[in-house]
Amino acid sequence: MTTRDLVFAAVGLLTAAAGLLAVTTRHVVHAALWLLVSLGSLAGCYLVLGQELVGLVQLLVYVGAIVVLVLFALMLTRAPIGPEAQISTPGWQRVVGAVLGAATTALVATLVLPALGPGVVDLDRAPTSTPQVAAAIFGTWVWPFELLSVLLLVALVGAFAVSRLVVADGGRRR
Amino acid sequence: MLEVVLRAAAVLAAFLVLPLLVGQTEHKVMAHMQGRLGPMYAGGFHGWAQLVADGVKFVQKEDVTPARADRWVFRLAPAVALLPYLVALAVIPLSPSVVGAQVDASVLLVLAVMGVGIVGTLMAGWASANKYSLLGGMRAAAQLVSYELPMVLAVASVALAAGTLSLTGIAAAWRPWWLLWQLPGALVFLVSALAELQRPPFDMPVADSEIVFGVFTEYTGLRFAFFLLAEYAGIVVLSLLFAVLFLGGWAGPLPDVLGWLWTLLKGFAVAVVVIWLRVSWPRLREDQLQRLAWVWLVPIALVQLAVTSVVVVATR
Repeated sequence: MTTRDLVFAAVGLLTAAAGLLAVTTRHVVHAALWLLVSLGSLAGCYLVLGQELVGLVQLLVYVGAIVVLVLFALMLTRAPIGPEAQISTPGWQRVVGAVLGAATTALVATLVLPALGPGVVDLDRAPTSTPQVAAAIFGTWVWPFELLSVLLLVALVGAFAVSRLVVADGGRRR
Repeated sequence: MLEVVLRAAAVLAAFLVLPLLVGQTEHKVMAHMQGRLGPMYAGGFHGWAQLVADGVKFVQKEDVTPARADRWVFRLAPAVALLPYLVALAVIPLSPSVVGAQVDASVLLVLAVMGVGIVGTLMAGWASANKYSLLGGMRAAAQLVSYELPMVLAVASVALAAGTLSLTGIAAAWRPWWLLWQLPGALVFLVSALAELQRPPFDMPVADSEIVFGVFTEYTGLRFAFFLLAEYAGIVVLSLLFAVLFLGGWAGPLPDVLGWLWTLLKGFAVAVVVIWLRVSWPRLREDQLQRLAWVWLVPIALVQLAVTSVVVVATR
């Protein structure tokens, strides 16, 4: 056990525990905040593994996403504090959430882990650095990357179109 | 190991001293610009003890958690708002050797952790169980989400010009003619930084004539002081960041050993500009604020990015 193992185990446990709490907690805002802890400590996992760029991008992208998620959670639920019969998650739903989460974890693990193979990487000499990641994205993978950006753009335009169409329809927005 | 501890201690000391220095400067600059007599009185000479008096006042105040508040989220929020700036300060170099921690992609790190601070504001706004706090939190989140984009684009332009994501590398690659080349980006960055700090003219989230004091309404004593400290730490971090990214950091006529002094001086000058803008500009309305971000700042930042790319491609 090196220090790196210990730190990785701690950060990984935190990630898993926060993820579990995110699906089993009673309150929607708490769930979002636990999700934030989970995604943030996942960035910590990347950092421990020497993937600085991936970890930082994870933090940059997902923290902003969670802020928007919390905003929508607050706007859709009228932001009550404490338990409220209409929106608090009943016990059976939390159990189902935990079971579904565990099932997804098992599914992804069985699919992805064998695909990665038994390769071993020396973490003390970081195998990839920022320039290499950049070269890979904008060299080898540039077409999939551009296609993804077009996909996101289409989704964005679609979202705008949908919201505008509803307004033009005589203000049927609730 | 000893070096790491020493560097951490130095960063902590800077984190505790520099925001107070900016706070003291703000008292004095505002007092002079607006003819305020209060801040010039305490302690005799030039009112030097005003900040100390403020600190003692905050410590003495009762720490109240509202009965209907979400206790844990309410209590944790000031720490979540404050700590990101400590991490950011740790990687901002004052000179190639005077830096808390050498990180490869330090620009990205600073931008990433500063985004976390928003969550603290949002937590405080929701957990206070107060509608003014909630309105303030929503305004803050909407504002920070819109202004993060032009800020990241402006920073991307400098990083592109220097060809590196490391703050040390960017300041080392800086040349005086960049002042002109990167001027639009620098202006976009300054405006977005003001909005990120929720300082006037972008203080909609704490507009006292509309929503009491926004997310800070229910906070008292030390927890409120932590939020204030976070604001001043934010000024320090963003001013130093501006100095390193756009003003060349430690580039100056003094010998290289004194480079850190140049960075500090430049950062301090930017901080004074931030204070100056607070004293002289009225508050923007919410829709004007969003309009400024999306109609002006984002396009200017994109044009700057295009100009930078063209020059970089043409000269390499």
